[in-house]
Amino acid sequence: MSGTQEAKRDKATIVVFSGELDKALAAFNIATTAAAMDMEVTMFFTFWGLNIVKKNEGPLGGSGWMEKMLNWMNRGGSKRLPLSKFHMFGLGTWMMKKLMRKHRMPSLDEMIKTARQLGVRFLACSTTCGMMGVTEDALIPEVESIAGAATYIGEARESKINLFI
Amino acid sequence: MKADVTLDCVGLYCPMPIIQTREKINELNFGQVLEIVADDKGILTDMPAWCKSTGHEFLGAEERDGEFYVYVRKRR
Repeated sequence: MSGTQEAKRDKATIVVFSGELDKALAAFNIATTAAAMDMEVTMFFTFWGLNIVKKNEGPLGGSGWMEKMLNWMNRGGSKRLPLSKFHMFGLGTWMMKKLMRKHRMPSLDEMIKTARQLGVRFLACSTTCGMMGVTEDALIPEVESIAGAATYIGEARESKINLFI
Repeated sequence: MKADVTLDCVGLYCPMPIIQTREKINELNFGQVLEIVADDKGILTDMPAWCKSTGHEFLGAEERDGEFYVYVRKRR
């Protein structure tokens, strides 16, 4: 008997700083694979990464004109994420999504659901949420809670895998 | 190689074969053999890695007509 059921699971932490579709896919690919290999995975969404876990039709919050403007320009939501290269005013993203469907790759929304089903924890950075006027009700239900850097460090220092995407 | 259950992952890219294997192995009894069919070559290294992480036994792989047949024995 290997004893892996009783032993504590290895941890993996991923900071998701980027808000681009291709980087989000990479982050979720790694997160779901690690979870499928019995690791305890935590994803911290911060800065532009918050766009990945914003509701597509969520509220546009923000106190003050700068926050409101930022939220309007930086609407976020999984369906609005650009590519980090060859975005070509949206043409690149459209082509990437077509390629993904052609090769039967799961969409970002499907990967988010799969990650949650596999027990991946989604945490949103409290500082950037506050700064960008993102409230909890603007985030998808998969996000467990808002957390600070100390929570991240607490997980990261015990993790075997630590990534910044 | 003789298998008790077959999982068809042809057309699916990583990490889907691994995720589906993880779900499917729950349906097997201890000691039974799961056959996974895939056309993504990554499975040849992915499955031994998954087995090493999860404690199941990697029995081997065969290639037939461009498809890969991978065998795993449930060990927990």
